Amino acid sequence: MLCQICGKNPATVHFTEIHDNKMSEIHVCERCAEEKGLQTSAKKHKFEIADLLAGMVDGMTTTEEERVGHVQCPRCGLLYSGFKETGRLGCAECYAAFQFQLRPLLRRIHGDTRHRGKVPTRDGEGVSRSRQIQRLHDELQRAVEREEFERAAAVRDEIKRLEAELRAAAPAPTEKKK
Amino acid sequence: MSPGNGRPRGAKAPTSFAELVERPSEWLSGGGPRAELVLSTRVRLARNLDTVPFTHRARDEQLQGVLSSVANAAERSAAFKDGLLLRMTELPALDRQILVERHLVSHELGDGARPRGIMIAPDQRLSLMINEEDHLRLQAMASGFQLAEAWTLADGADDELDQALDFAFSEEIGYLTSCPTNAGTGLRASLLVHLPALVLLEEIQKVLKSVMQMGLNVRGYYGEHSEVMGNLFQVSNQTTLGRSERESIEMLERVTRQVLEQEERAREKMMRDARVQVEDKVWRAYGNLRYCRTIHVRDVINLCSAVRLGVALGLPGLCPLHVVNELLVLAQPAHLQRRYGADLTPAERNVYRAQLVRERLEAAERETRSGD
Repeated sequence: MLCQICGKNPATVHFTEIHDNKMSEIHVCERCAEEKGLQTSAKKHKFEIADLLAGMVDGMTTTEEERVGHVQCPRCGLLYSGFKETGRLGCAECYAAFQFQLRPLLRRIHGDTRHRGKVPTRDGEGVSRSRQIQRLHDELQRAVEREEFERAAAVRDEIKRLEAELRAAAPAPTEKKK
Repeated sequence: MSPGNGRPRGAKAPTSFAELVERPSEWLSGGGPRAELVLSTRVRLARNLDTVPFTHRARDEQLQGVLSSVANAAERSAAFKDGLLLRMTELPALDRQILVERHLVSHELGDGARPRGIMIAPDQRLSLMINEEDHLRLQAMASGFQLAEAWTLADGADDELDQALDFAFSEEIGYLTSCPTNAGTGLRASLLVHLPALVLLEEIQKVLKSVMQMGLNVRGYYGEHSEVMGNLFQVSNQTTLGRSERESIEMLERVTRQVLEQEERAREKMMRDARVQVEDKVWRAYGNLRYCRTIHVRDVINLCSAVRLGVALGLPGLCPLHVVNELLVLAQPAHLQRRYGADLTPAERNVYRAQLVRERLEAAERETRSGD
């Protein structure tokens, strides 16, 4: 695939841009990426994160930007504008509170937004099973939304099976260890 | 590499800061695979407690709570059994700086201003920074090229800590970290590699660029961009989402192997085309270190690089690798001040540094002679 900007070099930098609530894939060569200030590399430094964020709101009107800046984490009270200044989130809940803003940022930093690594094993199988159930519930909802009812039925059966296993494994629900 | 370059491991666990600093760090031991090219391997995992705000947004009482619950969990784990817990607020500035120079503690943790601490396992290969940028920064270090071993060590300790602590985690994003650059696996795996021949033959920029194109991060270890000191480079994974820990580590391993091959080829070429000049450079560097009367830390780092190259090329009569490795840490300001007095001027430090370097090399020569 050739670079979408110069049309000459092979496109080696790929990212997703969100503009006017529309998502588009962009494929460019390294040189154009550099010239346009589009970088996919992880930026450790907070100001570089701030630069990334600044680059991403280009094209947003001032009012839109202000509105996004006022999004607040219900748990720790951090405003999105505060994150933009420091490049650091306030607590675990911030990831959910700012999910719509963070997703494109994560994609830009990592080239992906989905975790494929290890999962906590705390409390042994019980927790990983409940996480699995949680994930299946999400999938069930998505399947229903997309009207994929066959898939939804299969997911529902899987949830039932896992819930039965979980009940058999731990008759009384245990408190999370602190 | 030639046998006998590695230093034997100390067995007894340090029970105090004083005992800890008497012992050289394991990652400097000059042992492990490919130690002539790779100084050390490091694997770091970032974790946070689910219910407490991230370190920079938490109140001191909350951080105090994190410090005690994490230290408690670590003390009960097999990985940190008989480990040493150091609270930053209880350590004087010089001691904190010593930990920074040993790469046990980051600059952020070393400021001593907030309830932070470090737990160090008896063999010093595993450590756990508490209330750094993230609540937990678990770190496994090893000498030489030992990514799989370091990962296994960190992974096992993480599993144990996970049994006792409630880590912030989401199905979609993975482990949640203060900075989104670490979210997902929270993994930073890095290798400290010595690339003098690529620097000398001016091929280094090309090689570094290709490493970065592979999505890895690489930077000079001492000094900034144009003036990398000691020809030491740190190669690490850049991204933490979309790839499993093993995939990230395998990719780092694969790319680094290619870099090492290029360095080896450059060394061969150098020895073929300019053997005398290389040997001259190595021995002049050794002579400078062995007989200096005042020396700046920058010169120690650069001269040690040349000696290290000589050892790796198998030139007879030089010191073992661990001696040059250890000088990189022992010649740093806080280590010198601890040894020779805390209120030295920079000029006095240079004189004491020269004395230390001479003594270390002389001791190594004596050992080599008595071993013959």
